[in-house]
Amino acid sequence: METLLQQIVNGLVVGSVYSLVALGYTMVYGILGLINFAHGDVMMIGALVALQAILFAQKMWPSLGPLALVGIGLVVSIPTCMLLGYVVERTAYRRLRNAPRLAPLITAIGVSFLLQTLAMIIWGRGYHSFPQLISTVPMQPIEGVFVTPVQITTLLVSAGLMAALLLVVNKTPLGRAMRATAENHRVASLMGVDANKIIAITFIIGSALAAIAGVMVASNYGIAHYTMGFLPGLKAFTAAVLGGIGNIGGAMLGGIVLGLVESIGAGYIETWSFGFLNSSYQDIFAFIILGAVLIFRPTGLLGERVADRA
Amino acid sequence: MNELAAVIPWLGTHKPRAARWVVIVLMITAPLIAAFFGRTWMRVLDFALLYVMLALGLNLVVGFAGLLDLGYIAFYAVGAYTWAFLASPHFGLHLPFWIVLPAGAAFAALAGLILGTPVLRLRGDYLAIVTLGFGEIVRIFMNNLNYPVNITNGPQGINALDPIIIFGWDISRNWQVTDNLSVNSLFFYYYAFLACVIGSVIFIQRMQVSRMGRAWAAIRDDDLAAKAIGINVRNVKLLAFSLGATFGGVAGGLFGAFQGFVSPESFSLMESIMVLAMVVFGGMGNLGGVIVGALILSFLPEVLRHHAVPLQQAVFGTVILDPEVLRLLIYALALILMMALRPAGLIPAHSRYSRPELLKAEPVPAEGRA
Repeated sequence: METLLQQIVNGLVVGSVYSLVALGYTMVYGILGLINFAHGDVMMIGALVALQAILFAQKMWPSLGPLALVGIGLVVSIPTCMLLGYVVERTAYRRLRNAPRLAPLITAIGVSFLLQTLAMIIWGRGYHSFPQLISTVPMQPIEGVFVTPVQITTLLVSAGLMAALLLVVNKTPLGRAMRATAENHRVASLMGVDANKIIAITFIIGSALAAIAGVMVASNYGIAHYTMGFLPGLKAFTAAVLGGIGNIGGAMLGGIVLGLVESIGAGYIETWSFGFLNSSYQDIFAFIILGAVLIFRPTGLLGERVADRA
Repeated sequence: MNELAAVIPWLGTHKPRAARWVVIVLMITAPLIAAFFGRTWMRVLDFALLYVMLALGLNLVVGFAGLLDLGYIAFYAVGAYTWAFLASPHFGLHLPFWIVLPAGAAFAALAGLILGTPVLRLRGDYLAIVTLGFGEIVRIFMNNLNYPVNITNGPQGINALDPIIIFGWDISRNWQVTDNLSVNSLFFYYYAFLACVIGSVIFIQRMQVSRMGRAWAAIRDDDLAAKAIGINVRNVKLLAFSLGATFGGVAGGLFGAFQGFVSPESFSLMESIMVLAMVVFGGMGNLGGVIVGALILSFLPEVLRHHAVPLQQAVFGTVILDPEVLRLLIYALALILMMALRPAGLIPAHSRYSRPELLKAEPVPAEGRA
């Protein structure tokens, strides 16, 4: 029983990070119909830039408290990622808006690879230890179930961000313009929406969320690395598909469900497979889910926002 | 071959027959030229032919049918590991290559079929992400299936794979002609691979002009219209996908035999991207282009390895980028820049088999998608 509760807690934390990253995928997909493979790498850049800023701040002002340091990391990395997202959209994707479908996909994988290579040039191939500023000393709210303050922070921050995003998308003029653009570019432009601007803003919001997710992942595991964005990115996309791609609420739900399945699965896989498989197979759950969703319910749990031709 | 001949500047367009002879002579004498520069270059040449084969197979999927396969190297891995299972001391099996190679191809095709069936009835984008995931799964299994039953030997990989033996003739042995003259086994491998590549090219060429090839072109250009004229879109896509996988499997088997050793490290995502870069760089859908792209992008890193460091030292005084990083940068930039500036590739396909508007590589005005 404790194992199950423990895995649920872990799953919620991991899942909330997947949700944040999945939002970036799903918003871009909803509007452009493009899988932005580079999104996971934006997250990685966010983590590494924050690391750099924190190390710098620690050296300059050694008296700063841990929360201030995390704040500095975020203040530097969020705008960096926003800029990165904008630049990628502007230089790589915008000119391919009317190209055949394959072209932007190939560009996206190229951008992802380019970001990884650049990160490797700047930060090297090694693993960097990320300062664990928020305490990772586990607490025991229930006997046998451990929760660390950094996990609680992760959960609260992502819940807050998602609520804020839902508010923006559903209640503000900007959100209305985004929904209109996702529905139909041309008609939205006829109604006076600057589609290019909205698309750029979508990339910027997604990148900001990715930057925060990157900092959360890095402080949870205490490690930052130039390939740390690949697998979470892939899983976050799976979460977006699971929830129904293009559907913002779906991405949140999909992330949480995926996180739960993954950590519960990792906790029990050894028992289920009679000791044949162990927890190093944790990563295959995401792909099993992806396969199952595509076979049985391609529109995802909550359904796609925009129906697309087969 | 005509495609390759047409690639040669000036000669190709003005004297096609002469160009064809140039290609044939080059193909036959290439290992001699490489041998002149040293044995490393002969190895590079042999690997280049393997990459040509991979690129040809991926081109079938990406260039002909317009499906993006980002886990292509997984099929290569299936072929290589099949060879390792059936022809190495690991399980004590030593089957001859004419059983092992088709078996590898069949397993790769089967993997393609299983992977493609659920995905290909959906829109094309999902294939990209599913294949990306598949590549990762195959790697996870290769790395971890050494416990509790040792199947893949984990990250260490499997050693001492059997070489290719044709009628009792082991082509991995140097052939001692006289006491001081021996023919290196790399020559034999070159010609064996060359034979495979030529066979593949002929097969793919016939395929391209067949009814099936036209169906692929149709679904690539507009799958809705293709469906409307009575093409079974899903089956045709599935055939392209698993046929591409088959080529990957064959190339993988040859790779295993040539290298004599397989490990999960050789089948990373980077390799998939590399093959994709070759196809995109050379020209999607054009055999000559794909071959040239594969040759250029597999020789370039080796040239860099030898010249980049001295060059940087001469220009900047220190080494800023080591050749390995430079190689990755080139692949990434090849993908992005080719799509932005010359989407049809270095050597565009004939308009007959491709989208004519792709041939005009002018930037499209940014405007809303319908």
